[in-house]
Amino acid sequence: MSVFIQQFLNGMVLGSIYGLVALGLTLVYGILHVPNFAHGAFYMVGAYVSFTLMNAMGVNYWVAMAGAAAVVAVLSVLSERLVFNPLRHAPPIHDKIAAIGILLFLEAGVQAIYGADFHRMPTPYNGAVSFGGIFMQEQRLLIIIGALSLMALLHLFLKRTMVGSTIIAMAQDREGAFLVGIDSNKVAMMTFAIAGALAAVAATLYAPINLVSPAMGHLVIMKAFVIIIVGGMGSIPGAIIGGMIIGFAEALGAFYISTDYKDIIAFALLVVILSIRPEGLFTKGTR
Amino acid sequence: MKYVIGKPGAIALFVLALVFPLLTSNQYHLTVMVNAFVIALAACGLNLITGYTGQLNLAHGGFMAIGAYTVGILMTKAGWGFWPAFGAAIVITGVTGFLAGIVSLRLKEHYFAIFTLAVGFIILLIIEKWDSLTEGHNGIFGMDAPGGFGIIDFQEPIAQYYLALFFLALGIFLMWRIVNSLLGRTFVAIRNSEELAEALGINLMRNKVLSFTLSTIYAGVAGALYCGLILFIDPGLAEVTKTFDMITFMLIGGIGTLFGPIVGTMLITWLTQSLQFLEDFRMIVFGPLLVLLVIFFPHGIVGYLRLRQMRKAMAAASKAPATPAAKPANKEAGTNA
Repeated sequence: MSVFIQQFLNGMVLGSIYGLVALGLTLVYGILHVPNFAHGAFYMVGAYVSFTLMNAMGVNYWVAMAGAAAVVAVLSVLSERLVFNPLRHAPPIHDKIAAIGILLFLEAGVQAIYGADFHRMPTPYNGAVSFGGIFMQEQRLLIIIGALSLMALLHLFLKRTMVGSTIIAMAQDREGAFLVGIDSNKVAMMTFAIAGALAAVAATLYAPINLVSPAMGHLVIMKAFVIIIVGGMGSIPGAIIGGMIIGFAEALGAFYISTDYKDIIAFALLVVILSIRPEGLFTKGTR
Repeated sequence: MKYVIGKPGAIALFVLALVFPLLTSNQYHLTVMVNAFVIALAACGLNLITGYTGQLNLAHGGFMAIGAYTVGILMTKAGWGFWPAFGAAIVITGVTGFLAGIVSLRLKEHYFAIFTLAVGFIILLIIEKWDSLTEGHNGIFGMDAPGGFGIIDFQEPIAQYYLALFFLALGIFLMWRIVNSLLGRTFVAIRNSEELAEALGINLMRNKVLSFTLSTIYAGVAGALYCGLILFIDPGLAEVTKTFDMITFMLIGGIGTLFGPIVGTMLITWLTQSLQFLEDFRMIVFGPLLVLLVIFFPHGIVGYLRLRQMRKAMAAASKAPATPAAKPANKEAGTNA
């Protein structure tokens, strides 16, 4: 039983990270209907900014996290202004290709500066806590608490503030939002900033128990895509629940089936779910 | 300009490719060309599903890897000759492509692109992890060059060059027949508007699956040739960056044009060859280039030349309304660029 609980907690750690990344992706999709393939690169850049701030400048973990969030938010907004905004009326295939272009550029850029080697990110939380025979690293606990509180904050922001509800309004009905005087440029920029910041925070939380490398975003973004397809693109609760589903499936699958193939589990789940229900789990209507 | 496009351009390109081995004494150049021909053939297939039918398939590199690994495994582990393995590669990529198409094409636009990205990852992970069959990261080597027919054999680089060229030319010819047939027009109708196509009585699913399967067969043939001519394969072949490369080539040459992917592949291959320092960091240039292309130059080289020609033809037609309207050059498009 305690083994199962251990795996359950592992699943929750993974699910929290995937959920944070997927949230940004789903917010952007809700506003612009762009599957932002570059989002995984934002995540990766976030990890490198934190890493540099801590290693080269010796700043505190939390300050580094805030710094990374700010840098990636700016990067994300820039991509919206310079790339996605000019392509609003282009055929749908074009913005996808442009997103791939951003992804390639950021990855190659980071690799040119830092090389392809793996780096280890330091964290002040190296201890472990135990309760009832179950051990947990402090960093893992921090991931779960940090991710859940961020999700709660985001929820409050979107539901309870005027600025936040403009994002929801625009995702629900573009023309309707224009009619009541919502500035689409402002909303799009804000959404990209939030998405970028979430990705950077997720990366800074997760990197200390993983490694930092130019390719670190690949699998995370792929899984985030799986999550928002399963949870319904543009749906915020879908992203969180979907994140947990994938996290648990992976942790339990790695333990009970095979660690070698744990990365396939998410994709196999996607194939199975979409073969049975092409419209996704939590959405109505067809695609 | 009139002769740059259309049949004269295509013939000029073909003649240039035929005499190329006589112009260079450098064997390395031949190898570069063989590589480029194989990638161009795969890009040509990607162009069918993405350029003509409008479905962004991000698993194309994965299907190329399936073709290559089919040949590699059958030759090294089962002792098959190249040509039977080549046939098996076509069948296996065709069947996997068909099955993947049935599932993935139920999804539209973004969902399809993301789903195929996941399919590509599954292919890559299986090749990486299934050590006993695929040798994992070590890759497969020790294949023999393709067996010859009668007096021709494919041991010499020059013979391999013509073999690759033959398949590329065959691929282009078949593609030309496909895109100018009713079937090709059906694909274009689907790209332009699925609703409209359906209203015309086009069976969307059947045509999309057909286009997808044909495109994966192109990838399979390209992969099989890659295995037989380069004689070393590793999981890197299935990396999604390979597909991104092909998308870049296709876009630069002209998406949805017959010769676009070929022109783009040749141009970029030689550009990166002459700028060796770019090799490692070419994506720093390619990434922004891709973005600039889709924003400012979405038709690519061949597409641009064709648009110019069409505009001229229309201008000529409007000047002299009595003569029959000039036929827009929507057929074979080639260029000397």
